[in-house]
Amino acid sequence: MTKMLNIIPEKCTGCMQCELACSWVQTGTFAPSKSLIRVHVFDEEASYAPYTCLQCDEAWCMTACPVNAIVVDESGGAKVVMEELCVGCHLCTIACPFGTVFTLPKTGKASKCNLCGGDPACVTACPTDAIEFVEIDKAGDWFGPWADKVHGNYLEASANGGE
Amino acid sequence: MGNRLGGWTGKLLRVDLSSGKSSVEAIPEDWRREYIGGRGLADRYLYEEMDPTVDALSPENKLIFATGPLTGTPVPCGARYMVVTKGALTGAITTSNSGGHWGPELKFAGYDLLILEGRAPKPSYLFVYDDVVEVRDASQYWGKGVFATEDGLREETGLPNLRISCIGPAGENLVRFACIMNDKHRAAGRSGVGAVMGSKNLKAIAVRGTGGVDVADPEAFMKSVWEMRAVMQDTPGKQAFGELGTAATIDMTNTYGGLPTRNFLQGQFEEYENLNGNAIKDNRLVANKACFACTIACGRVTKVPGESIEKFTVNMHPRNWKIAGEGPEYETAWSLGADCGVGDLDSVIMANWLCNDLGMDPISMGATLAAAMELYENGVLTADQVELPLKFGSGEALVRMTEATAYREGFGDELAEGSKRMGDKLGHPEVFMGSKGQEFPAYDPRGFQGMGVAYATCNRGACHLRAWTPGPETSGEMEPHTTEGKSEWVVQEQHRSTSHDATGICLFVGAAEAGLETFVPCTAAATGIPYTVDDFVKIGERTWNLERMWNLKAGLTKADDTLPKRLLEEPHSAGPSAGVTVKLDVMLPIYYKERGWDENGVPSTEKLAELGLASL
Repeated sequence: MTKMLNIIPEKCTGCMQCELACSWVQTGTFAPSKSLIRVHVFDEEASYAPYTCLQCDEAWCMTACPVNAIVVDESGGAKVVMEELCVGCHLCTIACPFGTVFTLPKTGKASKCNLCGGDPACVTACPTDAIEFVEIDKAGDWFGPWADKVHGNYLEASANGGE
Repeated sequence: MGNRLGGWTGKLLRVDLSSGKSSVEAIPEDWRREYIGGRGLADRYLYEEMDPTVDALSPENKLIFATGPLTGTPVPCGARYMVVTKGALTGAITTSNSGGHWGPELKFAGYDLLILEGRAPKPSYLFVYDDVVEVRDASQYWGKGVFATEDGLREETGLPNLRISCIGPAGENLVRFACIMNDKHRAAGRSGVGAVMGSKNLKAIAVRGTGGVDVADPEAFMKSVWEMRAVMQDTPGKQAFGELGTAATIDMTNTYGGLPTRNFLQGQFEEYENLNGNAIKDNRLVANKACFACTIACGRVTKVPGESIEKFTVNMHPRNWKIAGEGPEYETAWSLGADCGVGDLDSVIMANWLCNDLGMDPISMGATLAAAMELYENGVLTADQVELPLKFGSGEALVRMTEATAYREGFGDELAEGSKRMGDKLGHPEVFMGSKGQEFPAYDPRGFQGMGVAYATCNRGACHLRAWTPGPETSGEMEPHTTEGKSEWVVQEQHRSTSHDATGICLFVGAAEAGLETFVPCTAAATGIPYTVDDFVKIGERTWNLERMWNLKAGLTKADDTLPKRLLEEPHSAGPSAGVTVKLDVMLPIYYKERGWDENGVPSTEKLAELGLASL
């Protein structure tokens, strides 16, 4: 079965070990600015949210790419950028609804989480187990309730005349 | 990888604030080898470049920010930077350490060290984005708190990822114990480094770095990192600091009669359970928070309910009162709590947040107020001299006087000078509880005898971070009340903690049982220099002696290696430490001898030669 990253923001302390590990594996240097996983800090709420590519089933970055440079890694299901094919048009970064496709500063080519080929470094590095790599059916379904809530709000607003 | 050096960027950024000009210099390789980085390397530059007799608040004083080779790497707790300058509180060399994310960002921008010189002609901030370096106008931030300054700078520049260190109104108003804050809640806290920054008209240093840190031997480096994480993983210290924060220490110090209470008049606080780690966790904790690369997360984010906030009267309304803020940690829970006799956690948290937003060291703030409270209770200070009664235990006085100190309003103007100057001016020097002009932290040497010699000999004035004797004094390794072995242990520990401070990782890895033996291999693999533990001890000793020589040139003498009469002659009358006084007259000569210094505390020529410091 396919595995996916399962992020548990409540466990995150904002230490950025995942960003260090990611930049190390992806670029060979310790540089959080080059990490493909980012920790967003909500300072006033003391809340930390690591986010990265969700490896969407229906991946808009793939659809958007005019040269088919984003392909499915058959072994693990990750959507990966074929750097030699990428022409640096940035369409994928615009298509991604979550802002998790980046461009490399030097080459201008796209870069996104590739699940480190099946052994994600961020998972190993996290000292609080806030990032898990689990079978898809074991992952917490936090998107479902969130989507239901947003959709519920929409239905309610529609019923009230769109206010 | 051959002999390529790593860990360091190898570069320093020098900015002359008077002219606004900046330059980038290579850091000599031999200095890197001999001092590692951070505290050691910055000490070396300060010694080389500055006359130690200059006034701390003059443009001639230099302000150095220094990272180490492990800052910005995944070595656990590799978050630290050191501020080195002549202390506004002490007149001695000071080395003030902070965590958060600012230090790593300076590395990512490409610099190990930042040396600031001169004085800006008007309120300014320094902007660093990789190799773009600009001194910019900060008049719109002058007078603003730390939180508003940070948010304002991000908005002005449109750079949400800027990391910022800045001063609050206390630094602008040259409060002698103003600190430099970074990432809103973290502080280079002690000795008045914020006043030095204020005297330079420098409000903030905003940094963004898009580069990275490279290491010399990646394979050996990652191996050493994972070995270090394994050592720390299940230790009781890591568990306790992670679960309860550093305030968990209160129970221990109170048990030993070593929790200084009401300006050191007592050694135990009857309301300690209102302020300890459990009290914070059970009542006010929102989340645990880590600094960069930290695997412990001792930071406490707390929130106080609205009805508690309404109790306090202050003129300014810090933004962080309505939201979650950081603290208190152990030292703050003591200084603003037990030392002032205040057992109300909310009062302590509010005063802590004021200190953060206004940019003041809570240790010296609480300790100075405690000294004033003693004078008020004794009738030396009268009601017409202060705007509200400075009674021990008054949370109202604590919160309001914290604000008044930062703005130098009314009696706050006296408090802003620190307890040494305040006590001298009021004709009661005996209320000053500190050493070399700096207030003691939260360990009573009558409960932990070794802290007596540690406080008296610390180069930056009273400090708990150079040789923390309560460790061996409570583990059974040494007796807490006797002098035996204390001086020797303190000397060795001062060496080890000094080189530790040079690496750029947090001292608290020691609480998780990761000593030099654990992270020297990390440093060796990162830098490419085959450091051993013995090398580190020698580097620590070299740096300590360099700081000592600097202090002697600044005019300090053996007479400054002393403690207040209260510790030397007046024992507690009750509790576990009753009857104990500090035998500094026994410990100090042993300390000097152990160090190879003469009876006046001057390093011998042989010792300096042995350490490669003969040219001093």
